[in-house]
Amino acid sequence: MGSTLLGKVWDLHTVRRLPTGQTQLLVGLHLVHEVTSPQAFDMLRLRGQAVALPDRTFATVDHIVPTDGQARPFADGMAEQMMAALERNCREFGVPLFGLESDDQGIVHVIGPELGLTQPGMTIACGDSHTSTHGAFGAVAFGIGTSQVRDVLASQCLAMDPLKVRRIMVSGALEPGVYAKDVILAIIRTLGVQGGVGFAYEYAGPVVDRMTMDERMTLCNMSIEGGARVGYVNPDGTTVAYLKGRRFAPAGDAFDRAAAWWRSIASDPDAAYDDEVLVDGGGLRPMVTWGTNPGQSAAVDERVPGPADVAEPERAAVADALAYMGLEAGRHIEGTRVDVAFIGSCTNGRLSDLQEAARVVRGRRVASHVRGLVVPGSKRVRDAAEREGLHEVFREAGLEWRQAGCSMCLAMNPDRLQGREVCASSSNRNFKGRQGSPTGRTLLMSPAMVAAAAVAGEVTDVRRLLRHTEGS
Amino acid sequence: MTITGRAVALRGEDVDTDRIMPARFLRAVSFDGLEAHVFEDDRRAEAAAGARHPFDDPARAGAAVLLVNRNFGCGSSREHAPQALARWGVRAIVGESFAEIFFSNATALGVPCVSVRPDAVRDLMALVERDAAAIVSVDLEGLTVRGGGIDAVCTMPAAARGAFLAGTWDATALLTADFDAVRAAAARLPYVSGFRPARA
Ligand code: SF4
Repeated sequence: MGSTLLGKVWDLHTVRRLPTGQTQLLVGLHLVHEVTSPQAFDMLRLRGQAVALPDRTFATVDHIVPTDGQARPFADGMAEQMMAALERNCREFGVPLFGLESDDQGIVHVIGPELGLTQPGMTIACGDSHTSTHGAFGAVAFGIGTSQVRDVLASQCLAMDPLKVRRIMVSGALEPGVYAKDVILAIIRTLGVQGGVGFAYEYAGPVVDRMTMDERMTLCNMSIEGGARVGYVNPDGTTVAYLKGRRFAPAGDAFDRAAAWWRSIASDPDAAYDDEVLVDGGGLRPMVTWGTNPGQSAAVDERVPGPADVAEPERAAVADALAYMGLEAGRHIEGTRVDVAFIGSCTNGRLSDLQEAARVVRGRRVASHVRGLVVPGSKRVRDAAEREGLHEVFREAGLEWRQAGCSMCLAMNPDRLQGREVCASSSNRNFKGRQGSPTGRTLLMSPAMVAAAAVAGEVTDVRRLLRHTEGS
Repeated sequence: MTITGRAVALRGEDVDTDRIMPARFLRAVSFDGLEAHVFEDDRRAEAAAGARHPFDDPARAGAAVLLVNRNFGCGSSREHAPQALARWGVRAIVGESFAEIFFSNATALGVPCVSVRPDAVRDLMALVERDAAAIVSVDLEGLTVRGGGIDAVCTMPAAARGAFLAGTWDATALLTADFDAVRAAAARLPYVSGFRPARA
């Protein structure tokens, strides 16, 4: 009987069994950002401890950075204070920082892969739940809290409970206009927002095999929205090709040895899984959330369900979500008016996401009542997009082109919804109040669908616009 | 280890950490004072609707046990959420189920999260909503939650429970005990040693 990638990586990184029965797991790469780390560095200082392996630790700044004017000191005093704290902590503890002045700054889950820091077979931890993104490379990557950030800083280790593995096979081929975002939204709808608790999700099957690394990152990114702390894809030729030539990837002969090792840690063909799920990829359509958690979604041509359409324990939650969203059960989700369009985030702020969105808006205008923001996930993404002229396409369509950061995904910077605005968003969370207004409303969808909603001023099926684009 | 005290019931499935602690309060470099803002947006919304959020009920102030429903603490990894609850006074959380990162964060702070069956949650919630003075006790050794004649079996992952019973829920001491072993484990990893040729 073979092993899964999770099993192999777990064994390789086990330092010892703790007396509590937990595993002391070595963290091969620790990523740090400004929001969840200041208290951890303070605890270290208080205890007189050093950072155990500063060369396995990297920091950047993403959540609080303004995406328009970035001159220091920031206009927002608290943002400035958080930025300054990270700079001081990194200096004092010897942690490399990709700060605002660096060409490599960006959302932590965008820059790790981009720089080749993220590699197959690693264990990766970060004080951020979307660390699952890095699983796209066949790493075991998970989010942790601030006390655990302190533990990793001090010991490079975590006390972990074992995980089970659920393999999710996506069969067939995606239709044009259907993206990785739609696949993961459909998976979460099927398995539920807590279906993955206790599991690592292994994504496999023909649809996943054909995905680019950007797409695999979108898929793994939202594992946590399905309750799974870890999601991963087995490394293959696509993974190896992506990493070649990246700044922190091995070079020369070492790259070939690395590539062989990376492939060797993939799940064995005869590996045993704790659970298996099959998803018909060919039958998927563009998805849109109608509720207040990422599992409450519908295909673009479906109707919004009501309390009567679900089983008893869900009824109150559905009624509550519809009341908050101001949506009516039984109405088509298509045609829902939007006020704001947000393209960006660690889910969908990469170059290919911007390319797809640009393909939709090229030669079109955003509806006059829509405020639209395009926020690249990193400076490198921004530069690459500008080299292709995408910023011009967005600006000509009436969308704002911003600096890299998390922006309106969680609105810790000035980019926020106002009042009850409805936002078509390429981000990952539609929780109440998530985008900065306690009554603001979020509809999650793919970047192409956001672009289509921006143009139409309401939720619309991007496949129609794409057919038109192709035909013209 | 047993936590005993008054309890507060917080109803709702999939209560995410954005609701427990809205992101604007993460704009800080310490956890001090977070307890004042726990569930702030929900509390305001309830007040605006002429209702009262349980965390605004003076009879619940300082309650030691928090009763919740399914998948409590999902979403963002922000430790600010359990920090705020702990600073507010919560010393144990009893619910149907918990999101994983929230569970580990709470554990690291010494706040155990135990699971009971949905009907037991329903009965316990009904009890404390009826009687704000009702005393609930959470016994990690005996794995029971008791109060007002209710005697419910609870569960908790063995390792986390072991850590509480052994008093080692703050894992730092355990993890830093043997750094040579950590170094040795790191040195065995090909990506740490630079993918050197096998025979070099
Ligand atoms: S883009 Fe959003 S989800 Fe991703 S790291 Fe930033 S705030 Fe978190």
